Amino acid sequence: MAFDSFGAFLAMEGHGPYVWASYGVFFVLMAVLMVGSYRRRNAVLQSCRQHAGSRSSRAPKPDSDTAPAAAASFTRVDVSQD
Amino acid sequence: MWQFFHKLGSPKWFYGIAARLMPWLLVFGLLCLGAGLVWGLAFAPKDYLQGNSYRIIFIHVPSAFLAQSAYIMMASAAVVTLVWRMKLADVFVKAAAPVGLVLTFISLFTGAVWGKPTWGTWWIWDARLTSMLILLFLYGGVIALDRAINDEKSAARAVAILVLVGVVNIPIIKYSVDWWNTLHQPATFKLTEKPSMPAEMWVPLLLSVIGLYLLFGWLACLRMQTEILIREQRTRWVQDLFHVNGGAR
Repeated sequence: MAFDSFGAFLAMEGHGPYVWASYGVFFVLMAVLMVGSYRRRNAVLQSCRQHAGSRSSRAPKPDSDTAPAAAASFTRVDVSQD
Repeated sequence: MWQFFHKLGSPKWFYGIAARLMPWLLVFGLLCLGAGLVWGLAFAPKDYLQGNSYRIIFIHVPSAFLAQSAYIMMASAAVVTLVWRMKLADVFVKAAAPVGLVLTFISLFTGAVWGKPTWGTWWIWDARLTSMLILLFLYGGVIALDRAINDEKSAARAVAILVLVGVVNIPIIKYSVDWWNTLHQPATFKLTEKPSMPAEMWVPLLLSVIGLYLLFGWLACLRMQTEILIREQRTRWVQDLFHVNGGAR
């Protein structure tokens, strides 16, 4: 340990505000980036899952309990976008 | 060889590999970075000249290092995009640019905060500082250009060209401290020489660099997965993903 007490560790002989501001910005930005990227991936995954669900009820071998009407309306939107 | 190359370009193959790699990258990245930073903050001896403010080095150097490395990786991917039209290379450029932007900002910010007690100023138009600011704008430009062009293929080409033009800046950043003798201190690590600091200082620094590298890898994989899913959501394999996992609905 390079410091005598926890207080000395926080103060860093007067350089505390500089050191802790740097580490604070680093941790906050990295956390925002990592959590944000992770949430976005999961949101996209979720929308793909819904898309796959609506497609499978249209597929030739349906084991579907999904309502056909809903699936059809999904399909129509799909086609009009192409 | 060609088969491997072909596989490497396949988004489906990459998606699976990324999923397997990511837990390792995250765990070892956090461990290395955590160990390096705790060591650097609390246990490394203080610098005889700069005092405790030098402890900013343990985040300043890794983020600056990664900011440049990421750009070099993006430039390599840009060459692949232009020559072989490999989709995955373009996906990497788009996934890495925002990460590079954040890392460049962190290195500029921590550098400014470090400069105040050490040099007595937050900012000067020193060659190293200015070329890093240009890197920040390059990252911003890449992101903006990609968003401005709707067509995927034109966007990929335009972004690749911008990234390649901007690569001139990288050697300027690297050698700026040797070419212009201004405030910024010379490189801490050189491949050809032994580090000028004691082991209790450079080992935690190296740990932080490795840790941040691994976390960059994790972020790149994660963001590439996102981009791949968006682009390929209508394809068979993406939809099979949910059936295989038993999550079909």
